[in-house]
Amino acid sequence: MAEKEITLMKGNEAIAHAAIRCGCDGYFGYPITPQSEVLETLAAEKPWETTGMVVLQAESEVASINMVYGGAASGKRVMTSSSSPGISLMQEGISYMAGAELPALIVNVSRGGPGLGTIQPSQADYFQTVKGGGHGDYRLITLAPASVQEMADFVDLAFELAFRYRNPAMILSDGAIGQMMEKVVLPPFKPRRTEEEIAKECPWATTGRIGMRKPNIITSLELRSEEMEIINLRIQAKYREIEEKEVRFEEYMTDDAEYLIVAFGSAARIAKKVIAIAREQGMKVGLLRPITLWPFPTRRIAELGKKVKGILSLEINAGQMVEDIRLAVECKVPVQWYGRLGGIIPEPEEVVEQLKKMTL
Amino acid sequence: MTHEIIISGFGGQGVLSMGKILAYSGLMEDKEVTWMPAYGPEQRGGTANVTVIVSDEPVSSPILSSYDTAIVLNQPSLEKFEPKVKPGGTLIYDGYGINVPPTRKDIHVYRIDAMDKAAEMNMIKVFNMIVLGGLLKVHPIVSIESVLKALRKTLPERHHHLIPMNEEAIRLGMDIIREQ
Repeated sequence: MAEKEITLMKGNEAIAHAAIRCGCDGYFGYPITPQSEVLETLAAEKPWETTGMVVLQAESEVASINMVYGGAASGKRVMTSSSSPGISLMQEGISYMAGAELPALIVNVSRGGPGLGTIQPSQADYFQTVKGGGHGDYRLITLAPASVQEMADFVDLAFELAFRYRNPAMILSDGAIGQMMEKVVLPPFKPRRTEEEIAKECPWATTGRIGMRKPNIITSLELRSEEMEIINLRIQAKYREIEEKEVRFEEYMTDDAEYLIVAFGSAARIAKKVIAIAREQGMKVGLLRPITLWPFPTRRIAELGKKVKGILSLEINAGQMVEDIRLAVECKVPVQWYGRLGGIIPEPEEVVEQLKKMTL
Repeated sequence: MTHEIIISGFGGQGVLSMGKILAYSGLMEDKEVTWMPAYGPEQRGGTANVTVIVSDEPVSSPILSSYDTAIVLNQPSLEKFEPKVKPGGTLIYDGYGINVPPTRKDIHVYRIDAMDKAAEMNMIKVFNMIVLGGLLKVHPIVSIESVLKALRKTLPERHHHLIPMNEEAIRLGMDIIREQ
Protein backbone atom coordinates (compact mmCIF):
# COMPACT_ATOMS: atom_id res chain seq x y z
CA MET A 1 0.00 0.00 0.00
CA ALA A 2 1.26 3.46 -0.84
CA GLU A 3 2.40 5.59 2.06
CA LYS A 4 -0.24 8.01 3.23
CA GLU A 5 0.41 11.56 2.09
CA ILE A 6 0.48 13.64 5.26
CA THR A 7 0.81 17.33 4.74
CA LEU A 8 0.31 20.61 6.57
CA MET A 9 -2.19 23.03 5.13
CA LYS A 10 -4.95 25.54 5.83
CA GLY A 11 -8.56 24.44 5.99
CA ASN A 12 -9.34 26.51 2.92
CA GLU A 13 -6.54 24.86 0.97
CA ALA A 14 -7.82 21.44 2.07
CA ILE A 15 -11.25 22.25 0.58
CA ALA A 16 -9.65 23.04 -2.79
CA HIS A 17 -7.42 19.96 -2.87
CA ALA A 18 -10.28 17.71 -1.80
CA ALA A 19 -12.52 19.14 -4.54
CA ILE A 20 -9.98 18.30 -7.23
CA ARG A 21 -9.49 14.82 -5.80
CA CYS A 22 -13.16 13.91 -5.44
CA GLY A 23 -13.97 14.32 -9.12
CA CYS A 24 -15.49 17.79 -8.89
CA ASP A 25 -16.44 19.08 -12.36
CA GLY A 26 -16.56 22.78 -11.67
CA TYR A 27 -15.95 25.52 -9.11
CA PHE A 28 -17.49 28.97 -9.51
CA GLY A 29 -16.68 31.61 -6.93
CA TYR A 30 -15.87 35.16 -6.02
CA PRO A 31 -13.11 36.08 -3.54
CA ILE A 32 -13.89 37.14 0.02
CA THR A 33 -11.92 36.95 3.25
CA PRO A 34 -11.52 34.58 5.09
CA GLN A 35 -11.94 31.96 2.37
CA SER A 36 -10.10 33.36 -0.64
CA GLU A 37 -7.47 30.58 -0.42
CA VAL A 38 -10.05 28.16 -1.85
CA LEU A 39 -10.09 29.95 -5.21
CA GLU A 40 -6.38 30.84 -4.95
CA THR A 41 -5.39 27.21 -4.38
CA LEU A 42 -7.56 26.03 -7.26
CA ALA A 43 -6.01 28.64 -9.54
CA ALA A 44 -2.52 27.56 -8.49
CA GLU A 45 -3.26 23.85 -8.91
CA LYS A 46 -4.73 24.35 -12.41
CA PRO A 47 -6.98 21.26 -12.31
CA TRP A 48 -8.32 22.11 -15.78
CA GLU A 49 -4.99 20.81 -17.06
CA THR A 50 -5.21 17.53 -15.12
CA THR A 51 -8.72 16.36 -14.25
CA GLY A 52 -10.51 18.78 -16.58
CA MET A 53 -12.25 20.51 -13.67
CA VAL A 54 -13.46 24.00 -14.55
CA VAL A 55 -12.40 26.80 -12.18
CA LEU A 56 -13.95 30.16 -12.79
CA GLN A 57 -13.88 33.45 -10.95
CA ALA A 58 -17.34 34.80 -11.59
CA GLU A 59 -18.24 38.48 -11.64
CA SER A 60 -20.19 38.19 -8.39
CA GLU A 61 -21.60 35.77 -5.84
CA VAL A 62 -24.99 35.92 -7.58
CA ALA A 63 -23.36 34.87 -10.85
CA SER A 64 -21.43 32.10 -9.04
CA ILE A 65 -24.49 30.47 -7.54
CA ASN A 66 -26.39 30.61 -10.83
CA MET A 67 -23.44 29.01 -12.63
CA VAL A 68 -23.62 26.30 -9.97
CA TYR A 69 -27.36 25.94 -10.72
CA GLY A 70 -26.59 25.46 -14.41
CA GLY A 71 -23.81 22.95 -13.81
CA ALA A 72 -25.89 20.98 -11.32
CA ALA A 73 -28.84 20.89 -13.73
CA SER A 74 -26.67 18.96 -16.15
CA GLY A 75 -25.76 16.42 -13.44
CA LYS A 76 -22.24 17.74 -12.85
CA ARG A 77 -20.52 17.84 -9.48
CA VAL A 78 -20.24 21.59 -9.03
CA MET A 79 -19.54 23.85 -6.08
CA THR A 80 -18.95 27.35 -4.83
CA SER A 81 -17.49 28.82 -1.68
CA SER A 82 -17.83 32.16 0.02
CA SER A 83 -18.10 33.81 3.41
CA SER A 84 -21.14 35.18 5.21
CA PRO A 85 -22.01 38.36 3.22
CA GLY A 86 -21.36 36.49 -0.03
CA ILE A 87 -23.52 33.58 1.11
CA SER A 88 -26.33 36.04 1.83
CA LEU A 89 -26.16 37.18 -1.79
CA MET A 90 -26.50 33.56 -2.92
CA GLN A 91 -29.69 32.79 -0.98
CA GLU A 92 -32.06 33.22 -3.91
CA GLY A 93 -30.05 30.77 -6.01
CA ILE A 94 -29.84 28.30 -3.14
CA SER A 95 -33.62 28.38 -2.66
CA TYR A 96 -34.09 27.82 -6.40
CA MET A 97 -31.74 24.82 -6.29
CA ALA A 98 -33.61 23.35 -3.33
CA GLY A 99 -36.87 23.89 -5.24
CA ALA A 100 -35.52 22.38 -8.45
CA GLU A 101 -33.96 19.55 -6.37
CA LEU A 102 -30.43 20.12 -7.60
CA PRO A 103 -27.37 18.60 -5.92
CA ALA A 104 -24.47 20.97 -5.31
CA LEU A 105 -21.96 21.97 -2.68
CA ILE A 106 -21.81 25.41 -1.09
CA VAL A 107 -19.01 26.15 1.38
CA ASN A 108 -19.46 28.96 3.91
CA VAL A 109 -16.27 29.92 5.76
CA SER A 110 -18.22 32.29 7.93
CA ARG A 111 -17.22 35.56 9.53
CA GLY A 112 -18.78 37.95 12.01
CA GLY A 113 -21.88 39.91 11.03
CA PRO A 114 -24.39 41.37 10.65
CA GLY A 115 -23.72 43.24 7.45
CA LEU A 116 -20.14 43.43 6.26
CA GLY A 117 -19.23 42.87 9.91
CA THR A 118 -15.71 41.64 10.43
CA ILE A 119 -13.36 39.18 8.78
CA GLN A 120 -12.83 37.29 12.02
CA PRO A 121 -14.41 33.87 12.72
CA SER A 122 -18.04 33.55 13.75
CA GLN A 123 -20.80 30.95 13.84
CA ALA A 124 -23.57 33.50 13.46
CA ASP A 125 -24.82 31.94 10.21
CA TYR A 126 -26.32 28.92 12.00
CA PHE A 127 -29.90 30.17 11.65
CA GLN A 128 -29.37 31.17 8.03
CA THR A 129 -27.98 27.74 7.20
CA VAL A 130 -30.24 25.34 9.05
CA LYS A 131 -33.49 27.31 9.13
CA GLY A 132 -33.68 28.38 5.53
CA GLY A 133 -31.82 31.51 4.55
CA GLY A 134 -33.68 31.81 1.30
CA HIS A 135 -37.46 31.69 0.88
CA GLY A 136 -39.72 28.68 0.94
CA ASP A 137 -39.92 25.41 2.90
CA TYR A 138 -36.51 23.95 2.27
CA ARG A 139 -33.53 22.52 4.09
CA LEU A 140 -29.82 22.29 3.40
CA ILE A 141 -27.85 19.20 4.37
CA THR A 142 -25.26 20.90 6.58
CA LEU A 143 -21.89 19.52 7.62
CA ALA A 144 -19.80 21.34 10.25
CA PRO A 145 -16.09 20.45 10.14
CA ALA A 146 -14.01 20.89 13.31
CA SER A 147 -10.57 20.28 11.82
CA VAL A 148 -8.60 20.74 8.63
CA GLN A 149 -8.91 16.99 8.11
CA GLU A 150 -12.68 17.26 8.18
CA MET A 151 -12.56 20.18 5.74
CA ALA A 152 -10.92 17.74 3.32
CA ASP A 153 -13.13 14.76 4.18
CA PHE A 154 -16.48 16.55 4.04
CA VAL A 155 -16.17 17.73 0.44
CA ASP A 156 -16.72 14.28 -1.02
CA LEU A 157 -19.24 13.39 1.70
CA ALA A 158 -21.25 16.53 0.94
CA PHE A 159 -21.33 15.70 -2.77
CA GLU A 160 -22.38 12.10 -2.04
CA LEU A 161 -25.24 13.27 0.17
CA ALA A 162 -26.27 16.01 -2.24
CA PHE A 163 -26.55 13.55 -5.13
CA ARG A 164 -28.16 10.80 -3.03
CA TYR A 165 -31.00 13.14 -2.06
CA ARG A 166 -30.91 15.63 -4.96
CA ASN A 167 -30.52 18.52 -2.57
CA PRO A 168 -27.92 21.26 -2.07
CA ALA A 169 -25.45 20.56 0.73
CA MET A 170 -23.47 23.08 2.71
CA ILE A 171 -20.20 22.90 4.59
CA LEU A 172 -20.57 25.47 7.37
CA SER A 173 -17.12 26.33 8.61
CA ASP A 174 -15.61 29.53 9.96
CA GLY A 175 -12.54 31.69 9.59
CA ALA A 176 -10.66 29.83 12.32
CA ILE A 177 -10.90 26.42 10.67
CA GLY A 178 -10.38 28.00 7.24
CA GLN A 179 -7.22 29.88 8.22
CA MET A 180 -5.52 27.44 10.54
CA MET A 181 -3.00 24.88 9.40
CA GLU A 182 -3.05 21.30 10.61
CA LYS A 183 -1.95 17.87 9.53
CA VAL A 184 -4.13 16.45 6.83
CA VAL A 185 -4.25 13.24 4.84
CA LEU A 186 -5.83 14.13 1.52
CA PRO A 187 -8.38 11.71 0.06
CA PRO A 188 -7.30 9.47 -2.81
CA PHE A 189 -7.98 10.63 -6.36
CA LYS A 190 -11.38 9.72 -7.76
CA PRO A 191 -11.93 10.31 -11.49
CA ARG A 192 -14.61 12.71 -12.71
CA ARG A 193 -17.70 10.86 -13.92
CA THR A 194 -18.00 10.33 -17.65
CA GLU A 195 -20.99 11.68 -19.60
CA GLU A 196 -22.37 8.12 -19.77
CA GLU A 197 -22.04 7.67 -16.01
CA ILE A 198 -23.80 10.99 -15.40
CA ALA A 199 -26.65 10.06 -17.77
CA LYS A 200 -27.05 6.75 -15.92
CA GLU A 201 -26.76 8.10 -12.36
CA CYS A 202 -28.78 11.25 -12.96
CA PRO A 203 -31.69 10.29 -15.24
CA TRP A 204 -33.29 13.64 -14.27
CA ALA A 205 -30.40 15.76 -15.57
CA THR A 206 -30.40 17.84 -18.74
CA THR A 207 -27.69 15.80 -20.41
CA GLY A 208 -29.05 16.09 -23.95
CA ARG A 209 -32.11 14.23 -25.12
CA ILE A 210 -31.31 10.88 -26.72
CA GLY A 211 -33.94 9.01 -28.74
CA MET A 212 -37.50 9.52 -27.63
CA ARG A 213 -37.09 9.92 -23.86
CA LYS A 214 -39.27 12.53 -22.19
CA PRO A 215 -37.52 15.90 -22.03
CA ASN A 216 -36.00 16.65 -18.62
CA ILE A 217 -37.04 20.03 -17.30
CA ILE A 218 -35.22 21.61 -14.36
CA THR A 219 -37.32 24.27 -12.70
CA SER A 220 -38.59 25.39 -9.33
CA LEU A 221 -41.67 27.01 -10.90
CA GLU A 222 -45.13 25.39 -10.75
CA LEU A 223 -48.03 27.81 -10.88
CA ARG A 224 -50.75 25.24 -10.19
CA SER A 225 -51.10 25.14 -6.40
CA GLU A 226 -52.35 21.52 -6.34
CA GLU A 227 -49.21 20.43 -8.21
CA MET A 228 -46.99 22.66 -6.10
CA GLU A 229 -48.33 21.08 -2.93
CA ILE A 230 -47.52 17.62 -4.26
CA ILE A 231 -43.97 18.76 -5.03
CA ASN A 232 -43.65 20.24 -1.56
CA LEU A 233 -44.94 17.08 0.08
CA ARG A 234 -42.46 15.00 -1.90
CA ILE A 235 -39.59 17.29 -0.83
CA GLN A 236 -40.74 17.15 2.79
CA ALA A 237 -40.85 13.34 2.66
CA LYS A 238 -37.25 13.43 1.41
CA TYR A 239 -36.30 15.67 4.35
CA ARG A 240 -37.87 13.24 6.81
CA GLU A 241 -35.81 10.44 5.26
CA ILE A 242 -32.63 12.53 5.61
CA GLU A 243 -33.50 13.24 9.25
CA GLU A 244 -33.93 9.50 9.79
CA LYS A 245 -30.75 8.33 8.07
CA GLU A 246 -28.10 11.02 7.95
CA VAL A 247 -27.64 12.39 11.47
CA ARG A 248 -23.95 12.50 12.35
CA PHE A 249 -22.32 13.50 15.63
CA GLU A 250 -19.30 12.89 17.84
CA GLU A 251 -19.43 12.19 21.57
CA TYR A 252 -16.53 12.96 23.87
CA MET A 253 -16.42 11.90 27.55
CA THR A 254 -20.18 11.67 27.84
CA ASP A 255 -20.20 8.30 29.66
CA ASP A 256 -19.92 9.73 33.17
CA ALA A 257 -20.83 13.32 32.32
CA GLU A 258 -23.00 15.27 34.76
CA TYR A 259 -22.94 18.31 32.50
CA LEU A 260 -22.96 18.40 28.74
CA ILE A 261 -21.51 20.92 26.34
CA VAL A 262 -23.03 20.98 22.86
CA ALA A 263 -20.79 22.71 20.33
CA PHE A 264 -19.94 22.44 16.65
CA GLY A 265 -16.97 23.36 14.48
CA SER A 266 -14.25 25.46 16.08
CA ALA A 267 -16.36 25.92 19.24
CA ALA A 268 -16.21 22.13 19.71
CA ARG A 269 -12.42 22.29 19.65
CA ILE A 270 -12.50 24.91 22.40
CA ALA A 271 -14.99 22.73 24.29
CA LYS A 272 -12.50 19.84 24.43
CA LYS A 273 -9.95 22.10 26.11
CA VAL A 274 -12.69 23.36 28.46
CA ILE A 275 -13.48 19.75 29.37
CA ALA A 276 -9.81 18.99 30.11
CA ILE A 277 -9.58 21.98 32.47
CA ALA A 278 -13.01 21.34 34.05
CA ARG A 279 -12.26 17.68 34.73
CA GLU A 280 -8.96 18.65 36.44
CA GLN A 281 -11.13 20.75 38.75
CA GLY A 282 -13.49 17.86 39.43
CA MET A 283 -16.38 18.80 37.13
CA LYS A 284 -17.65 15.86 35.08
CA VAL A 285 -18.29 17.41 31.70
CA GLY A 286 -18.77 15.82 28.30
CA LEU A 287 -19.25 17.03 24.74
CA LEU A 288 -21.74 16.29 22.03
CA ARG A 289 -20.54 17.70 18.73
CA PRO A 290 -23.17 17.80 15.97
CA ILE A 291 -21.38 17.01 12.70
CA THR A 292 -24.60 17.46 10.75
CA LEU A 293 -26.30 20.67 11.89
CA TRP A 294 -29.24 19.68 9.74
CA PRO A 295 -30.31 17.00 10.25
CA PHE A 296 -29.73 17.85 13.93
CA PRO A 297 -28.89 15.11 16.48
CA THR A 298 -32.15 15.80 18.30
CA ARG A 299 -32.75 12.26 19.49
CA ARG A 300 -29.28 11.76 21.00
CA ILE A 301 -29.39 15.12 22.76
CA ALA A 302 -32.77 14.18 24.22
CA GLU A 303 -31.28 10.91 25.55
CA LEU A 304 -28.25 12.65 27.05
CA GLY A 305 -30.55 15.34 28.44
CA LYS A 306 -32.10 12.66 30.69
CA LYS A 307 -28.69 11.78 32.16
CA VAL A 308 -27.20 15.22 32.84
CA LYS A 309 -27.97 18.07 35.24
CA GLY A 310 -27.46 20.81 32.70
CA ILE A 311 -26.45 21.58 29.14
CA LEU A 312 -24.26 24.43 27.91
CA SER A 313 -24.53 25.44 24.28
CA LEU A 314 -21.15 26.90 23.36
CA GLU A 315 -21.47 28.93 20.18
CA ILE A 316 -19.52 31.76 18.57
CA ASN A 317 -22.73 33.74 18.15
CA ALA A 318 -25.48 35.24 20.29
CA GLY A 319 -27.21 31.90 20.94
CA GLN A 320 -28.78 30.17 17.94
CA MET A 321 -28.26 26.41 18.22
CA VAL A 322 -29.34 26.73 21.87
CA GLU A 323 -32.95 26.88 20.58
CA ASP A 324 -32.64 23.49 18.86
CA ILE A 325 -31.12 21.99 22.01
CA ARG A 326 -34.00 23.30 24.14
CA LEU A 327 -36.47 21.82 21.66
CA ALA A 328 -34.60 18.51 21.74
CA VAL A 329 -34.77 18.20 25.54
CA GLU A 330 -38.22 19.81 25.66
CA CYS A 331 -36.89 22.15 28.37
CA LYS A 332 -36.78 19.26 30.86
CA VAL A 333 -33.19 20.12 31.77
CA PRO A 334 -31.65 23.61 32.08
CA VAL A 335 -30.00 24.67 28.82
CA GLN A 336 -27.74 27.72 28.90
CA TRP A 337 -25.81 29.50 26.20
CA TYR A 338 -22.34 30.95 26.25
CA GLY A 339 -20.54 32.64 23.39
CA ARG A 340 -18.69 35.67 22.13
CA LEU A 341 -19.66 37.95 19.29
CA GLY A 342 -18.26 40.04 16.50
CA GLY A 343 -15.36 37.76 15.63
CA ILE A 344 -14.08 37.21 19.18
CA ILE A 345 -13.44 33.54 19.93
CA PRO A 346 -14.23 32.47 23.49
CA GLU A 347 -11.16 31.41 25.43
CA PRO A 348 -11.33 28.08 27.27
CA GLU A 349 -10.94 29.63 30.74
CA GLU A 350 -13.92 31.94 30.38
CA VAL A 351 -16.10 28.99 29.38
CA VAL A 352 -14.88 27.08 32.45
CA GLU A 353 -16.01 30.04 34.59
CA GLN A 354 -19.42 29.84 32.95
CA LEU A 355 -19.59 26.10 33.69
CA LYS A 356 -18.75 26.76 37.33
CA LYS A 357 -21.72 29.12 37.60
CA MET A 358 -23.92 26.37 36.16
CA THR A 359 -22.70 23.64 38.47
CA LEU A 360 -23.04 25.67 41.68
CA MET B 1 3.68 16.41 26.04
CA THR B 2 1.98 19.50 24.65
CA HIS B 3 3.75 22.78 23.99
CA GLU B 4 1.57 25.85 23.47
CA ILE B 5 3.44 28.78 21.95
CA ILE B 6 2.56 32.30 20.87
CA ILE B 7 4.89 34.16 18.52
CA SER B 8 4.18 37.86 18.15
CA GLY B 9 5.82 40.87 16.55
CA PHE B 10 5.63 43.34 13.68
CA GLY B 11 4.25 42.25 10.32
CA GLY B 12 7.21 41.56 8.05
CA GLN B 13 9.43 40.11 10.79
CA GLY B 14 8.65 36.58 9.66
CA VAL B 15 6.47 35.71 12.65
CA LEU B 16 3.98 33.62 10.66
CA SER B 17 6.64 31.83 8.63
CA MET B 18 8.65 31.02 11.75
CA GLY B 19 5.54 29.46 13.22
CA LYS B 20 4.94 27.56 10.02
CA ILE B 21 8.47 26.13 10.00
CA LEU B 22 8.10 25.10 13.64
CA ALA B 23 4.75 23.40 12.89
CA TYR B 24 6.15 21.68 9.83
CA SER B 25 9.15 20.45 11.84
CA GLY B 26 6.71 18.93 14.34
CA LEU B 27 4.99 17.20 11.45
CA MET B 28 8.37 15.74 10.42
CA GLU B 29 8.50 14.09 13.86
CA ASP B 30 4.95 12.69 13.56
CA LYS B 31 3.65 15.10 16.18
CA GLU B 32 0.23 16.72 16.17
CA VAL B 33 0.46 20.39 15.20
CA THR B 34 -1.83 23.38 14.85
CA TRP B 35 -0.88 26.78 13.41
CA MET B 36 -3.44 29.48 14.05
CA PRO B 37 -2.68 32.97 12.77
CA ALA B 38 -4.29 36.19 13.84
CA TYR B 39 -5.39 36.91 10.30
CA GLY B 40 -6.86 40.39 10.66
CA PRO B 41 -6.01 43.15 8.19
CA GLU B 42 -2.32 42.66 9.07
CA GLN B 43 0.28 44.56 7.13
CA ARG B 44 3.97 45.33 7.14
CA GLY B 45 4.65 47.37 10.24
CA GLY B 46 1.39 46.35 11.93
CA THR B 47 1.21 43.56 14.47
CA ALA B 48 1.13 39.88 13.61
CA ASN B 49 0.92 36.82 15.81
CA VAL B 50 0.50 33.11 15.50
CA THR B 51 -0.32 30.34 17.95
CA VAL B 52 1.58 27.11 17.38
CA ILE B 53 0.75 23.96 19.30
CA VAL B 54 3.04 20.94 19.05
CA SER B 55 1.79 17.87 20.87
CA ASP B 56 1.99 14.09 21.17
CA GLU B 57 -1.81 14.01 21.41
CA PRO B 58 -4.58 15.43 19.20
CA VAL B 59 -4.78 19.19 19.71
CA SER B 60 -8.00 20.49 21.24
CA SER B 61 -8.48 24.26 21.13
CA PRO B 62 -6.38 26.12 18.55
CA ILE B 63 -7.19 29.33 20.42
CA LEU B 64 -5.71 29.80 23.86
CA SER B 65 -5.71 32.31 26.68
CA SER B 66 -2.39 31.27 28.24
CA TYR B 67 0.81 29.85 26.82
CA ASP B 68 3.75 27.67 27.85
CA THR B 69 6.03 29.93 25.84
CA ALA B 70 5.64 33.45 24.45
CA ILE B 71 8.11 34.77 21.90
CA VAL B 72 7.71 38.54 21.66
CA LEU B 73 9.54 40.66 19.15
CA ASN B 74 8.30 44.16 19.94
CA GLN B 75 7.04 46.26 22.84
CA PRO B 76 3.29 45.95 22.13
CA SER B 77 3.62 42.16 21.91
CA LEU B 78 5.53 42.06 25.18
CA GLU B 79 2.84 44.08 26.92
CA LYS B 80 0.09 41.90 25.48
CA PHE B 81 1.58 38.46 26.07
CA GLU B 82 3.80 38.72 29.16
CA PRO B 83 0.72 38.42 31.41
CA LYS B 84 -0.46 35.39 29.40
CA VAL B 85 2.52 33.14 30.06
CA LYS B 86 1.59 30.29 32.40
CA PRO B 87 3.36 30.45 35.80
CA GLY B 88 6.64 28.57 35.40
CA GLY B 89 6.47 29.13 31.62
CA THR B 90 8.91 30.84 29.31
CA LEU B 91 9.12 34.33 27.82
CA ILE B 92 11.63 35.00 25.06
CA TYR B 93 12.06 38.57 23.87
CA ASP B 94 14.24 40.44 21.44
CA GLY B 95 15.80 43.44 23.16
CA TYR B 96 15.58 45.63 20.06
CA GLY B 97 13.21 48.54 20.63
CA ILE B 98 12.15 47.30 24.08
CA ASN B 99 11.90 50.29 26.45
CA VAL B 100 10.09 48.54 29.27
CA PRO B 101 11.56 45.07 29.82
CA PRO B 102 9.54 42.19 31.31
CA THR B 103 9.04 42.21 35.05
CA ARG B 104 7.45 38.88 36.01
CA LYS B 105 9.43 36.77 38.46
CA ASP B 106 7.33 33.57 38.26
CA ILE B 107 8.39 32.74 34.71
CA HIS B 108 11.69 32.08 32.94
CA VAL B 109 12.67 35.16 30.93
CA TYR B 110 15.19 34.91 28.12
CA ARG B 111 16.58 37.71 25.99
CA ILE B 112 17.84 37.20 22.48
CA ASP B 113 19.33 40.14 20.61
CA ALA B 114 18.55 38.62 17.25
CA MET B 115 17.73 41.89 15.50
CA ASP B 116 21.08 43.49 16.40
CA LYS B 117 23.00 40.31 15.57
CA ALA B 118 21.20 39.86 12.26
CA ALA B 119 22.00 43.44 11.25
CA GLU B 120 25.61 43.09 12.33
CA MET B 121 26.12 39.85 10.40
CA ASN B 122 24.07 40.88 7.36
CA MET B 123 21.56 38.09 8.09
CA ILE B 124 18.41 40.16 8.40
CA LYS B 125 16.46 37.82 6.11
CA VAL B 126 16.93 34.93 8.52
CA PHE B 127 16.22 37.00 11.63
CA ASN B 128 13.27 34.76 12.46
CA MET B 129 15.43 31.64 12.23
CA ILE B 130 17.85 33.14 14.76
CA VAL B 131 14.88 33.53 17.11
CA LEU B 132 13.75 29.97 16.35
CA GLY B 133 17.27 28.79 17.28
CA GLY B 134 16.91 30.55 20.61
CA LEU B 135 13.59 28.80 21.26
CA LEU B 136 15.03 25.40 20.38
CA LYS B 137 17.95 25.96 22.77
CA VAL B 138 15.56 26.66 25.64
CA HIS B 139 12.94 24.07 24.60
CA PRO B 140 14.16 21.40 22.18
CA ILE B 141 10.57 20.83 20.96
CA VAL B 142 11.91 19.58 17.61
CA SER B 143 15.43 18.70 16.45
CA ILE B 144 17.48 20.90 14.10
CA GLU B 145 17.46 17.96 11.67
CA SER B 146 13.65 18.11 11.55
CA VAL B 147 13.75 21.87 10.91
CA LEU B 148 16.14 21.35 8.01
CA LYS B 149 13.98 18.55 6.67
CA ALA B 150 10.94 20.84 6.93
CA LEU B 151 12.80 23.59 5.06
CA ARG B 152 13.75 21.15 2.30
CA LYS B 153 10.11 20.11 2.01
CA THR B 154 8.55 23.57 2.09
CA LEU B 155 11.07 25.68 0.17
CA PRO B 156 10.97 25.49 -3.62
CA GLU B 157 14.11 23.77 -4.96
CA ARG B 158 15.49 27.01 -6.35
CA HIS B 159 15.83 28.29 -2.78
CA HIS B 160 17.50 25.18 -1.36
CA HIS B 161 20.91 26.88 -1.51
CA LEU B 162 19.66 29.13 1.32
CA ILE B 163 19.20 26.21 3.73
CA PRO B 164 22.80 26.33 5.07
CA MET B 165 22.28 30.02 5.90
CA ASN B 166 19.13 29.10 7.82
CA GLU B 167 21.01 26.40 9.73
CA GLU B 168 23.73 28.91 10.57
CA ALA B 169 21.04 31.30 11.84
CA ILE B 170 19.49 28.63 14.08
CA ARG B 171 22.89 27.77 15.59
CA LEU B 172 23.65 31.47 16.07
CA GLY B 173 20.34 31.89 17.93
CA MET B 174 21.23 28.96 20.17
CA ASP B 175 24.52 30.69 21.03
CA ILE B 176 23.26 34.16 21.80
CA ILE B 177 20.11 33.52 23.86
CA ARG B 178 20.58 34.41 27.54
CA GLU B 179 18.43 33.81 30.62
CA GLN B 180 17.75 37.08 32.44
